Amino acid sequence: MSVKNTDLEKIKKTSARREAIVKTFTYLLLTVWAVMVLFPFYWMLLTSIKSYGSYNSEWIPKFYATNPTLDNYRSAFTAVPLGKYILNTVVFTLTTTTLMIGVIIFAAFAFSRLQFKGRDLVFTGFLALMMIPNELVIITNFQTITNLGLRNTFTGLILPSVTSVFYIYLLKENFEQIPDSLYMAAKVDGTSDIKYLFKVMLPICRPTIVTIIILKVIECWNSYVWPRLITDDSAYFLVSNGIQEIRENGLGRENIPAMMAAVVVISVPLIVLFLIFRDKIMAGVSRGGTKG
Amino acid sequence: MKKNNLKGWLYLLPALLFLGAFMVYPLIDVLIYSIEEGYNSASQTFFGYGLYNYSYVLHDPYFLQAINNTFILVAITVPISTGFALLISLALNSIQKLKDFFQTVYFLPYVTNTLAVGLVFMILFKKTPYSEGLVNLLISWFGGRSVDFIDGPYWAKMFVLCFYTIWVVLPFKVLILTSALASVNQDYYKVAKLDATPRWRVFTRITLPMISPMIFYLVITGFIGAFKAYSDAVALFGTDLNGAGMNTIVGYVYDMLYGNSGGYPSYASAAALILFAIVLTITCINLMVSHDNVQY
Amino acid sequence: MKVVLKDLTKIFPSRNKKEKQGVTAVDHFNIEIPDGKLVGLLGPSGCGKSTALNLISGLETPTEGKIFFGDVDVTDLPPENRGVGLVFQNYALYPHMTVRQNIMFPLENLKGDAKLSKEQMEERVQQAADLVQIGTLMERKPAEMSGGQQQRVAIARAIVKYPDVLLLDEPLSNLDARLRLQTREEIRRIQRETGITTIFVTHDQEEAMSISDFIIVMRSGRIHQVGKPQNVYDDPVDLFVATFLGTPQINVFEGEVKDEKLFIGDAEILDVKGARNGKVWACIRPEGFIPDPKGPLVCHLNGVEVMGRDSSVVATHPADTAIIRAIVSSESEIDKALDTVSFSLKPYKVHLFDRETEERIRFDY
Repeated sequence: MSVKNTDLEKIKKTSARREAIVKTFTYLLLTVWAVMVLFPFYWMLLTSIKSYGSYNSEWIPKFYATNPTLDNYRSAFTAVPLGKYILNTVVFTLTTTTLMIGVIIFAAFAFSRLQFKGRDLVFTGFLALMMIPNELVIITNFQTITNLGLRNTFTGLILPSVTSVFYIYLLKENFEQIPDSLYMAAKVDGTSDIKYLFKVMLPICRPTIVTIIILKVIECWNSYVWPRLITDDSAYFLVSNGIQEIRENGLGRENIPAMMAAVVVISVPLIVLFLIFRDKIMAGVSRGGTKG
Repeated sequence: MKKNNLKGWLYLLPALLFLGAFMVYPLIDVLIYSIEEGYNSASQTFFGYGLYNYSYVLHDPYFLQAINNTFILVAITVPISTGFALLISLALNSIQKLKDFFQTVYFLPYVTNTLAVGLVFMILFKKTPYSEGLVNLLISWFGGRSVDFIDGPYWAKMFVLCFYTIWVVLPFKVLILTSALASVNQDYYKVAKLDATPRWRVFTRITLPMISPMIFYLVITGFIGAFKAYSDAVALFGTDLNGAGMNTIVGYVYDMLYGNSGGYPSYASAAALILFAIVLTITCINLMVSHDNVQY
Repeated sequence: MKVVLKDLTKIFPSRNKKEKQGVTAVDHFNIEIPDGKLVGLLGPSGCGKSTALNLISGLETPTEGKIFFGDVDVTDLPPENRGVGLVFQNYALYPHMTVRQNIMFPLENLKGDAKLSKEQMEERVQQAADLVQIGTLMERKPAEMSGGQQQRVAIARAIVKYPDVLLLDEPLSNLDARLRLQTREEIRRIQRETGITTIFVTHDQEEAMSISDFIIVMRSGRIHQVGKPQNVYDDPVDLFVATFLGTPQINVFEGEVKDEKLFIGDAEILDVKGARNGKVWACIRPEGFIPDPKGPLVCHLNGVEVMGRDSSVVATHPADTAIIRAIVSSESEIDKALDTVSFSLKPYKVHLFDRETEERIRFDY
């Protein structure tokens, strides 16, 4: 195992060279994929500022815009009710998220802090529900909402998604990490359960709640299937359905630049949200945020 | 601690109500739907109970097409996306400069609207009377023949669908694997380095076993997710997936429920339960395999 | 293999970008570690001793200076080519491999001429396992073993490839007190039997003193003193070394030298021939006190703790608030009923240090 003076230089050199090659390939791979990821975003931005005429005259698409224009953004908002879609989505997202947070906070508190008969049995039931795919229950929900006459209403859109077993579970786990002694101390001081929940537990668990809110907002903003089933009046379309509608009926089939403008408009809010809350979102997602 | 029976149930009430109405009841109901023969949406009547719905679905060419598409999609995207995510994560973990930048970029698809960005993919791959589309331009640069990926041959459409699916699912996998890799104790790598362990051996003998639980987790959730593919296909090929020949099982369920071909909740239920059975079987197989292979 | 460090320096760039000055973890080390010795690198937590170890192993590259193994400059050599074995504080055993697989792992990496046959490997593994006395646990996984056993496996894995230099990073700190005593003897024995030049890092002075041929005492990246444990203990070069070595700790007084006499408070307590005048730290080892009713050091007696062979006298001196701990033979007669106790001093157990520079002030006795 002894080092021999003669091959020292050679060892140093080959080792350094191998290091350099590996590094180059690593960055090459990362760059190639980064381009693959970013390119669609670049292309949508680029196309959205090309005029209708110049886009359609490009038999060979250009990688730059010769006469950038914002006209497409105007027509995205005027030719189709994009503003309405966005407003709908905002209303839907805010209401659903708010209601859900309320529901899960109380449920998680009951599971983590209160002792009552049947608690563990119910919780086991909840866990079992986590395994049920959405596709299975959506059929009946569709029928239920239809029979209640709630199609094309916000109520119908919102109701089925105001509880999430997974988030209850996530929050319960977090609540349970708060030491019992805090609860005992509060009880001794005569604090009511509800006050303890809002004054002690929620502030301590704020990071988890923020994570849940962010994940739910992403989910709501991108939701497509349920809104598609439950709305056929474009006055209640969310952005996903709006985009689909624009693609199939609005703007004229070939007005790609205007479509891209619409795509940019509905993509921007979440991207901005992501860039602001990058670490929170990534941490939240890696804690178990598979979509849906 | 004293029992607060009433209070406990009161706190739980909203969650119980919603879950009962929109998860538990539907779960039972879907089973009933699936065995109600000749259910009529309009009159809400049916002839009797039986397995006819299953038989109908299993003989429906659209469903068989959907099964076929879904299995191809699963078989291609799950291994490729997991393997590629591993490669990207390994690369990410080995660098310092620009790491944050790359991580941010790679995560972007997760926060974008699948439908919206699917539209961009469509125009990139589509051939129109006015333009060959960008991808075909690239193909022609390399001397290939242009092909319509959106309305063209089956393999081309499947390629786009797989490519887009991988593009969409990769952020989650990269994120999970990067954090799994980062949580491996660095001392192992130091020891291995002192022992002159070749890169490949470090990977197969140390890294892979250490992150194997996470890889299996990703494979399992990857299978489940891929079997439920739907919006990616809609984003690329539009809502008439049967017409495009690119329908998926979930797409078939929704088409049976609603839309031009809709109004058959019984068939939809049968199809959904078949899907559930498939996913359950695959997951069980996965769990058994992982039980034998996850090393610690 | 002799290990020589020349002006070895490691400066970590500062995390805070505004601060231009980095953190100097290792500051101009100059040592020659003779072949086949067991050397303890001793210092308080965060003093840079682990960094020094990582520099020797090659896991870190020095900012300045050179490292020689024998006559070969290995400064730029990648760690895998240096022929060092390293044992981590947490052992870093591969959790998914058995003991046998763990120990064999380094051998399987050997290439070219060094490549071993399956039988040779088995033999080497068995040999290493027997040396650390875990030959019967070969099929266990690390999680099924005690800390002490894991430690042995880690050592076996480090020595199985016959390294020229063995490095141990806090090898005993994860073990409980009883195992620590046992394992340090074990390390001593293994080192003797293999004759591998061994450097181990520790913050526990007792551990270092008890088994090292040499100790290197360092603080804040700088070497304070190098020498045989007893010599360093008896003859510390500065206040830090004096206070860092020895349990109970050396007793430190604020004193003053006037006309070759040492004063604590107003009391003249010792002749210090050759010492210059000035304020000093007067340090007295616990075993340097002799109970003597006529002794010059008169203290207030707080109590006597009997420990069998010895007694520990706890006292305070009126000029200082510090608690004095004196170890005296249990046969010496101390009247516990009295408020005061008087000592005379063994002059070779008294060390003086400059109050400002903390450097040793020598005197004749």
